[in-house]
Parts: sequence; C-alpha cells; structure tokens
Amino acid sequence: MLVLLGILVVVAGFALRLNPMLVVTVAGLVTGFLGGMSPVEVLDAFGTGFAGSRSVSIFLLVLPVIGLVERNGLQEQARRLVSRMSRLTTGGILAGYFVLRQVTAAIGLMSIGGHAQTVRPLVAPMAEAAAVRRFGTLPDAVSQRIRAFAASTDNVGAFFGEDIFVAVGAVLLITSFVDTTYGYTLEPLQVALWAIPTAVVALLIHGARSLHTDRALTKAIAEFQPTEVAR
Amino acid sequence: MIQVEWFYWLTGLFFVAVGVLVARDRTNPRRTSSGAFWALVGLCFPYSSFVVTGTAPAWVLGLGLVVIAAIAGTGRLARSGSAVAAGAAGDVDGLEADRGGEGAARAAAPLRAAGTAVLASREALAARFGNRLFVPVLIIPVVTALCATVGKDISVGGQPLLQSGNETVIGLAAAGIVAIPVGMWLFRQRTPALALTEGRRLTEDLGWALVLPQLLSVLGLVFATAGVGDAIGSTVSAVLPDGALLPAVVLYCVGMAVFTVIMGNAFAAFPVLTAAIGYPVLVQAMGGNPPAVFAIGMLSGYCGTLCTPMAANFNVVPVALLELKSNYAVIRAQIPTAVPLLVANVVLMYVLAF
Repeated sequence: MLVLLGILVVVAGFALRLNPMLVVTVAGLVTGFLGGMSPVEVLDAFGTGFAGSRSVSIFLLVLPVIGLVERNGLQEQARRLVSRMSRLTTGGILAGYFVLRQVTAAIGLMSIGGHAQTVRPLVAPMAEAAAVRRFGTLPDAVSQRIRAFAASTDNVGAFFGEDIFVAVGAVLLITSFVDTTYGYTLEPLQVALWAIPTAVVALLIHGARSLHTDRALTKAIAEFQPTEVAR
Repeated sequence: MIQVEWFYWLTGLFFVAVGVLVARDRTNPRRTSSGAFWALVGLCFPYSSFVVTGTAPAWVLGLGLVVIAAIAGTGRLARSGSAVAAGAAGDVDGLEADRGGEGAARAAAPLRAAGTAVLASREALAARFGNRLFVPVLIIPVVTALCATVGKDISVGGQPLLQSGNETVIGLAAAGIVAIPVGMWLFRQRTPALALTEGRRLTEDLGWALVLPQLLSVLGLVFATAGVGDAIGSTVSAVLPDGALLPAVVLYCVGMAVFTVIMGNAFAAFPVLTAAIGYPVLVQAMGGNPPAVFAIGMLSGYCGTLCTPMAANFNVVPVALLELKSNYAVIRAQIPTAVPLLVANVVLMYVLAF
C-alpha cells in the first residue's frame, strides 16, 4: 500500500505546478524505494525504461525539415491557401482534419498525422487563418484556443481511429495479454470490431464540437469587443 | 538491412550537436548547464543501444537521466536568444532577411515560425514558392506510410530491408532525412547548416518537453516493478459490491480512465484493471463477451489519456510545439470530449457486452 505514495507525489507535484521533470523523477525514486527496490535497481529501471522508449523521440528528426520549410514561408502559404478558399471555416478545417485523421488511423496509416508533422505547420495555421479572414485580428486567447483545439483533433482522431485497425499496438496488447493470462485465443479482428461503436461515438462528439467551433468563436470574439459592439 | 538503431544514434548525434551549439551560444543565459543538458540527452541514445543488448549496465543510464532531470527541474535549462544565434551558427542564406523590423513582425506573427525571419520576407517567400512549400511536408507522411505498409514486404537477399517491427519508426526518421535535400533543392538553399539551425531552434523551443515522454515511461516501469498496479487492483476489487453488473461496468471503465490519468498510459492500466475486475467479475462471473469487454475497457482508458499531463507526448509536447501559454490548454480542449465519451463507453459495454 505504501507504494501508492508515489502517486501522491505526482498529484501533489502537478497541483503545485512544480517542474514536471522534477516531479516525475522524484515520484519514480520514491516509489522505487518504498517498493523495496535498492538504489541500483531503481536506477536500472530508469535506464531500461529510457532505452525501451526511445521511439517516442524519433519525431525529432522531422523538426529540421519542418523548420526549413517554415522559414521559407510554409505557414504563410497555408494562410494564403485558406484565404483563397472562402468557404473554408475554422470549424470546417478542424472537422475535416479530424475525420481524415480518424479514417486514416483506422486503416493503419497512423503516421500520416502528428503534432510536429501536420498540426504545427498546417492545421493550426490554416484554422487560425480562416478565423482571421472572418473576424480580423484575433485576441490572443482566441488563437490559443484554436491551436489547442487543433492539437485535440489530432489526439482524439488518432486514439479512437487506430483501434479499429487490427495490427495496432493496443489490439495486439489486448489479445496477447488475455491469451497468455486466461488461455483464450482471441482474434485481433474481434477486438478491433468492438472498437467501432466507440469510434463512431467519438466521431459524433468531437466532430460536432469541431463544427461548433465557428459559433463558439463568434461568441468569444463578441466578448472581446464589447465597446465596438456598443457603438 | 536497415536498423532502427542507426536512427537512434542519429537522434543522439543531433542532440549532441544542439548541446555544442547551445554551449557556444553567448545569448543563452545558462549556456553551460543548458549545453550539458542537451549533450547528455544525446549521449543517452547511443548508450541505450548497449543497454538494450545487455552489454552495458542500465544504472549508468539511469544516473544520467537523474542528472538530466535535475538540470531541467531546477531551472538550469534556458533557451538561447535566437536572432544572434541563427546568424552565428552558420545561417548564411537567410541572414539578410533577419535584419531589421523584428520586434514588430514577431508580435504580428501568430506562430513563431522561423523565429528570426521577418514576416514580410516570409510572405514574399511564400508568394515565390507557392504550393511547392507543401512538398517536403507531404513527403513525411507519404514516405512513412510507404515504409509501414509496402516496406514491410521488401527484402534484399532474403533479409527484410527494414528491421521488422520497427518499420514505422524507421519510416518516420527516414522521411525527415529524405525531405531535407528535397527542401534544399526546392528553395535553392545551398547549406544544410540552415536545416540544423532550424532544427535546433525548434528543439530549444520544446525544451524538456522533448525528454518528458521517455521519463514518464520510466515512471511506468518503476510503478510496475514496485507493485503499484497490484496495490491499485486490490483496492479497486475491495470496494466492488457483489453481483451488481452496472457498478462493476462503471468501476472497470472509470477505473481504466482514472488509472490511465495517473500512469499516463492506458497500456499500463489495462492488465491491472483487467486482472482486478475485467476478467474475474465481468467475464467470468457475469458472462460478458470477452472481446467487447476488453476492447471497450481499453478505449475507456484512452478517455483518461486525453485528460492527463502524464501523457506528455500527446498533451504537453503540442503545448510547446504550438506555443501555448498554459500547460493544460490541450487537456482543457479535450475534457469536453473525454467525459461524455467515457459515459458512452459505460453504456456501450453495458448494452453490447452482456
């Protein structure tokens, strides 16, 4: 039971807004020691964990080319493109990307999207540009909100699309864990099939929220310009 | 045969290069400790190869990681002032564009794209290159997807071309590398130094958020080794009322979400909650349909992933990438989706699995 104190460290650390690097390291050390691990064992776990999860950092190799293209005007071009297509609204762009992300993830093309590869260089600037065309210069809080929502479409689309694809990590984890622990022979296809209802609900909820963005923006902008509205 | 380790070494080399550039950069208020941070992170990558093969002790890497976390956690990691840095670091082609009118332009530029280039010149570049600008960006998903799908089946001399099981990671890394010469050719850039400078700028912008996802999987491993999962599992099954289907379904789904919030990873929560409730109660005692129970249980965990800073690569890295002011901006945008979706999962499991 004592090992649960590590969780308390995490919760308290984030609540106090301490640096996450510090919080996580201290929580790891505390949990390890309370769990009866020796200092070397704790450090061994740290090292093994890092070595086994290097793939999450590989997107870094994409940053140089993104930076190169941004320097040559990528975001400006994304804006120009949007301003030429006058029927594209912020909500439309976000909903479109969301559906594209979910559908491509569902057929196994997870790597087509991503925060570094698509959201920063393309989706966020386009969504902002569509809002600028409609409302003029945006208050900072509003553009922050658009960007954060753009990031959320990528996450929701990827999470609730990928499990429909049979060869994805989550499905394989479920089948291998259940098969080895309980002696089943689950077909990945069966598991993937039961991911479809949730995927549809996610599509409805987040898709509706994406489309609703336009109305939410109108309201938010109105709040920021009370004096001009009064005139 | 192309090994994934090559790309990890390259990533490490890139981090070390960033560390050297930062350490030499006088615009960085803490250049020694910041340079050491990036260089140490870089060295961890090749060293990990030996840890994976078991030829080097893992605790050395663990110790390095604690040092890295200490540097960042005590505020000794600082960002370099980029204007001078870009020029000094060999950014020749774009240098003229960097001079003058910077402050005003930066204020108007929504995302700090190409940090030092003025907005007007980037507008001009955008007009000149037009939609060609999208080519390098689109190369990335196309090459990655090709490697992940077709690449699997290509073999040279009986050996698979790409190390099996790592096709997507290799694809993404290779795509980032292939796109650089294409971009340089399209934009008549002669020096690859510019790509390095730009990569360094984005890396410094991301800061410790780049290392956090890996540190969190470390925490997950420590939690698992120290028995946190079992402690939670026994607590959860102790509070469960006997023989009631709906409370059991709610506890499994909500438990998956809550435990995922704590661990930052639904994959870590799944075995624990499934051993505590999912299998013994929902499948064995109540006769639930196994694939439906397990699939919807896992997806309930994903609702938790949307709500936690512990899922750093999804919820914290984009904060840095999109230059958001609040660490919780992305999570705040996701909660209104996550909560109703969790409720929907409970309903779906209750209706479909029994």
